[in-house]
Amino acid sequence: MSALALRWQQLRRYPSAVVGLIVIAMLVIVSIATPLVLPYSEAIRLWRGGDQEWRTNPRNAAPAWQNLFTETDQAATIVFDSAEGDGEQVAEQLSADTREVRYIYEFEFPYDTFPPELILFTSATYASKQPFVELLWYTPDGREIRSGEFTPTYTASFRFDQDNRLQRRLERETGIENVRASQGLFDDPTQEGLQVLKGTYRLEVVGLLFEPQADLEATFVSYGQVHGWAGTDHLRRDLSVALLWGTPLAMAFGLLAALGTTITTMSIAAIGVWFGGWVDGVIQRLTEVNAIIPLLPILIMVGTLYSRSLWVMLGLVIALSIFGLTIKNYRAIFLQVKELPYIDAARAYGASNMRIIFRYLVPRILPLLIPQIVTLVPFFVFLEAALALLGLGDPVLPTWGKLINDANSEGALFYGYYYWILQPSALLMLAGLAFAMVGFALDRVFNPKLREI
Amino acid sequence: MAADLVVDDFNINSEVDVEAIEASARRARLQGARRLLRYTALKVVALIFTVAVGVYITVIVANMGGEVDKIRLAAIRESVVLAATADPSFRELSAEQRADLINTQVELEARRYGLDQPFLQRSFTYLRDAMLLDLGFAQGLISDSGSRLVRNIILERLPSTLVLFGTAQLLLFFWALFLGLRLSRRYGSFSDKLVLALAPTSSAPGWFYGLFLILIFASVLQFLPFGGMVSAPPPDNRLDYALSLGRHMILPVAAWLMGAIFLTSYNWRTFFLIYSSEDYVEMAKAKGLPDRMIERRYILRPTLPNIVTSFSLLVITLWSGAIIHETVFNWPGIGRLYFQAIAAFDTPVIVGNVVLYAYLLAITVFLLDFIYALVDPRVRVGEGSRN
Repeated sequence: MSALALRWQQLRRYPSAVVGLIVIAMLVIVSIATPLVLPYSEAIRLWRGGDQEWRTNPRNAAPAWQNLFTETDQAATIVFDSAEGDGEQVAEQLSADTREVRYIYEFEFPYDTFPPELILFTSATYASKQPFVELLWYTPDGREIRSGEFTPTYTASFRFDQDNRLQRRLERETGIENVRASQGLFDDPTQEGLQVLKGTYRLEVVGLLFEPQADLEATFVSYGQVHGWAGTDHLRRDLSVALLWGTPLAMAFGLLAALGTTITTMSIAAIGVWFGGWVDGVIQRLTEVNAIIPLLPILIMVGTLYSRSLWVMLGLVIALSIFGLTIKNYRAIFLQVKELPYIDAARAYGASNMRIIFRYLVPRILPLLIPQIVTLVPFFVFLEAALALLGLGDPVLPTWGKLINDANSEGALFYGYYYWILQPSALLMLAGLAFAMVGFALDRVFNPKLREI
Repeated sequence: MAADLVVDDFNINSEVDVEAIEASARRARLQGARRLLRYTALKVVALIFTVAVGVYITVIVANMGGEVDKIRLAAIRESVVLAATADPSFRELSAEQRADLINTQVELEARRYGLDQPFLQRSFTYLRDAMLLDLGFAQGLISDSGSRLVRNIILERLPSTLVLFGTAQLLLFFWALFLGLRLSRRYGSFSDKLVLALAPTSSAPGWFYGLFLILIFASVLQFLPFGGMVSAPPPDNRLDYALSLGRHMILPVAAWLMGAIFLTSYNWRTFFLIYSSEDYVEMAKAKGLPDRMIERRYILRPTLPNIVTSFSLLVITLWSGAIIHETVFNWPGIGRLYFQAIAAFDTPVIVGNVVLYAYLLAITVFLLDFIYALVDPRVRVGEGSRN
């Protein structure tokens, strides 16, 4: 124990190692907290949810923190869902059968940019007579704009931008040709060109129901140009799900792969050295064959032909490195250890082969393994990202690499959605650097020869 | 007389001695040559065996243990049935006749591709062909010049990979060597500490930095291309072509360097430092030899084996790196070809690529032994085991 304490003392003298350890600790905390907040199955369901799951999110919206760095305040998403009891609700019985429901959604709009989209989703219950919906828009300067009438089916969505009558009305209102409704409704008519009129807006959704049992729920979404702390992708998915869940997945993949490869390789080396002869020969030859088979191409092949599951890949990475080239390094060390007197002593009292290998040989070089394992972690974290970038990421799990892949294939760099690539890359870099810095320091602590230089 | 005899005797003796020495020297040389030959032959056999096992495993995996045959048979049947239904003269035949005809047609096609033999037998045929570099025809991929020969497809892509990674590796080698030497000379200086601090950044691979470089130079600043090898359409005259190629190479080469330069030069600097604390270096310094000479003769020379090993490991990892690097930069090289071949289930191209790689690797390993002997006089090829 005291030896470990001493090592810890030495490690603390490296500032980079301390920083790295803090970062690793944070990543581990996120890794533990994420599955508690958002269970595995829930994360998969959300990430595969599609349009229904994410319909109130904007497409390709930047993260909200971007507003801190820009002069103009970009519009955030505003959602009113009558089913959730948002806004004011007024109901009036007009006749025996006819009833009017009025949802009044009043909101502040303090932003400098227009929302990219305005949509009203409705869900209606009726037997045969469809309800009728009318939309009334009240601007801060007191104008009333009739912005749409429609008869919704059981589920319907009214896209303000696609209503021609509304567009013509707004062209007259703003004096700008082909104005989009989501811009015209927020435009300040006293100003030249398109300019947001800040203030309190009100949307009234008036539903006429023609059956006693009929009902209507309405969800109004003014989509933002920024959304949440991580932004959204082309499928309106909130990137925070993938950024958060990517952490435990990257950690698990990196750590398990590093541990698995190191321990199997070392055990094989120990067995080869102990038994010697043809066992050692076979292991040596297998190592050479294994060196001819490149890791990434085989992974790509298996990913394309068999399975892309992250866990299959993990198993394969470990399996392929059982006879990795590092065997040669461990072998050299074991050959020295094997000649030490305590091994002879063990043999003299009749210890079994397995006992000698796993109780006497292996523990001897465990300290050397610690820096090795830590240094290997970034390699595997980036390997997962590389596979994902080649389109071979896990089909269901949201990982950092898959975010980069999505961004790359949707032309994020070309269209300027930088956050999409920068956020997962920053996390990858953070994780990689943290482990590398700790690994470097550990290497120096456990290999005193390096320390002098 | 006696003296004469003695002289004579001496003369005879000396003659015999010279002959004996010459003979023993010849014998030693012969023995050395024989040992070298024997060692080389053994090594070649071992390497070929290694390559064969590696390639055979690839053949099995790339064919999904024979599953790909079913896909191919189904594809053949589908195309035959399609062709049959499109043929008007076919409609007059009875259903039975038609089925018969389709079956014979499928069988013929299957035999043409050798699918009638069991997979196990064919896997060895594949292995033999692959080892003899008889790479055969691709199943789906076609080279840009229109050839279906795997050899042509690969040879067409090889130069672009060699140009890109050859440049990158050469730059890396000389730059890291230069930087390593410089840092070891100024041990403990600011630049030394800076490189030491930057060394962990090499834990991120080159393609990862490539994303950032594309973001900055192609997307934001817009003065370098996003990817590709030359601008479209390719320039006609040679100078413009070279310039365009150079412009397209800046980012991928820079990304490749960023992923390796700091760690490599840090490692090499450490080698140099270890060797520059040897006694004979102190001795040389005491003799007053110029620094350059000390560096070249007493530091660089003994570190060369380490440097060569470290560099050859970099070359070996190049293959894996090339696949992803070329994908990120849309570079039409061998790595992307491999990726495309896998996506198209084109087994011959996959196997062809792996064979090429396995041979290159084997040759590297083989040559390394001799390079060691060249740069390190203590190492004699074929002598003892180097374990």
